[in-house]
Amino acid sequence: MRLAILDSSHGFGTKALFALIRTVSRQPVLDVVKLVKYRPDFYGAPMSKVTQEAMRGPSAWSVGDRELMAAFIAKTSQCEFCTKAHLAVAQRAYGNGKTASALLSDSSMTTIKDPLRATLLMLGKLTSEHTVNADDIRAVLAAGASRQQIEDALAVCFSFNVITRLADAFGFSVPGPEAFEAGAKYLLSRGYR
Amino acid sequence: MSDIRQARNALVNRILEGPGKTSPSERRAAFNNSGLAEPVGTLVDKVARHACSVAGEDIDAAKVSGLSEDQVFEIVVCAAIGQATRQYDAALAALESATGKE
Repeated sequence: MRLAILDSSHGFGTKALFALIRTVSRQPVLDVVKLVKYRPDFYGAPMSKVTQEAMRGPSAWSVGDRELMAAFIAKTSQCEFCTKAHLAVAQRAYGNGKTASALLSDSSMTTIKDPLRATLLMLGKLTSEHTVNADDIRAVLAAGASRQQIEDALAVCFSFNVITRLADAFGFSVPGPEAFEAGAKYLLSRGYR
Repeated sequence: MSDIRQARNALVNRILEGPGKTSPSERRAAFNNSGLAEPVGTLVDKVARHACSVAGEDIDAAKVSGLSEDQVFEIVVCAAIGQATRQYDAALAALESATGKE
């Protein structure tokens, strides 16, 4: 982590929480947790409300689909931490029937069915080119997504267009797969609160 | 349907208007990626345009210029949320254009 305050300047109660997390999970505290718990009134608390609604609020998209969107947005942003973190959650959410990392390994994502595939491609353009136009949206509608599904997907994209930037700018450490598995288990059971 | 409008407005209002270690005008400049002196301007532009290119040297340069770590934290958060907001708003406008309704 490039700012020492994000590593070690949390309050006493938060440090105690981190010690508990390390003991129970037997894994290091993920840097994203350290970020949202640092001066949470400024960023972590209000951002968590946005992300919780986008990722766990009512939607025609499943939790697995939204986690796959998060992983794809992160992959497009070249954010290794968020890609691995949310592939792990998507994998767990989908269960054994799908291999989340394999779904994204093909750049045209031919194994993913519409309208999710078309939605992912639109989110990828929005993330890499910073904008989309009406024709891009029409392509997603033509693939079978409803207007509300597109709005819901854009909410996911907003959250991860923020989080991936912060992960890269603050230099999140990328731990081993066991730490991401522990994080995925938590995010599926507790969400982003 | 999920609805992030209220939570997103609260987030943006908090980071731009609430108490902080930087002034609201500095946070607004970072959010808008506009009007910040170097080297902070370069850091903010990298966060907005290609965050994966931010290096430790960019953070260090901002600190050497006089910013505390808390101030760098606030500036980077505002830059990230500002760019994500512009992208989100652009996509919603495209959606409205494509569907012809609010």
